[in-house]
Amino acid sequence: MKPQNEMNIIFDSRSSNEGFARSAVSAFVTQLDPTVGELNEIKTAVSEAVTNCVVHAYADRIGKVFINVRISDNSLVTVKVRDKGCGIADVKQAMEPLFTTAPSEERAGLGFAVMQSFTDKLRVRSSVGKGTTVTFQKRLSCRVNNV
Amino acid sequence: MRISNSDDGITVCLTGEIDHHSARAMRESIDAAIQMKKPSVLRLDFSGVTFMDSSGIGLIMGRYRLMALYGGIVRVINVPEELERMMLLSGLNALDITEKRSEQFETAK
Repeated sequence: MKPQNEMNIIFDSRSSNEGFARSAVSAFVTQLDPTVGELNEIKTAVSEAVTNCVVHAYADRIGKVFINVRISDNSLVTVKVRDKGCGIADVKQAMEPLFTTAPSEERAGLGFAVMQSFTDKLRVRSSVGKGTTVTFQKRLSCRVNNV
Repeated sequence: MRISNSDDGITVCLTGEIDHHSARAMRESIDAAIQMKKPSVLRLDFSGVTFMDSSGIGLIMGRYRLMALYGGIVRVINVPEELERMMLLSGLNALDITEKRSEQFETAK
């Protein structure tokens, strides 16, 4: 589907950018006049995806995180969070609730479960040594058509 | 974040956004307070929290484990409505540490 509006951001995988990333996506999506709950769910999903890049993809270095947000069909938001980090060997296992490879960081192992629960559709593509792309979609109740 | 002492324990009023970045400093301050006072109850007050991702769950679970080492307990209080779904999803309910709003008046005595 051809997006009606699109934005891209690229930033360093520093934990201080986690707040920036979710605020930037949230600011872009605000033009659809989402409910407070919808916006909070998108922010939470973005925060989880970006944290994965910081903690896992670039565990021992700083790399680039790429976020692409598309608005289509007046109310469908598609967010892609991509990294060029270590990749995930077993995506299915990584997506299991409570599975974590970073218990020392006090990661609860809930990242993917949260993304799944807070959005309509979640897809994870990963290649070891090359990186991971997390894509999620959410249709907003969309009270106005102003795109 | 504000940490206050009472007869039976410590109350931590968490404020602002809890994510992987901010949780680190919160964790360090809370753990320092726990280790100094070794309280029987650690109350985590979420009323001032405006955003929380699963890092908040890690923060609660980690403190739960640390308090258990000292034989103490954790109470999670004043959870804003927006955060309830995250709390529910985490399975924290199974630990029975979250106080319902209606129960808080009784336990505050």
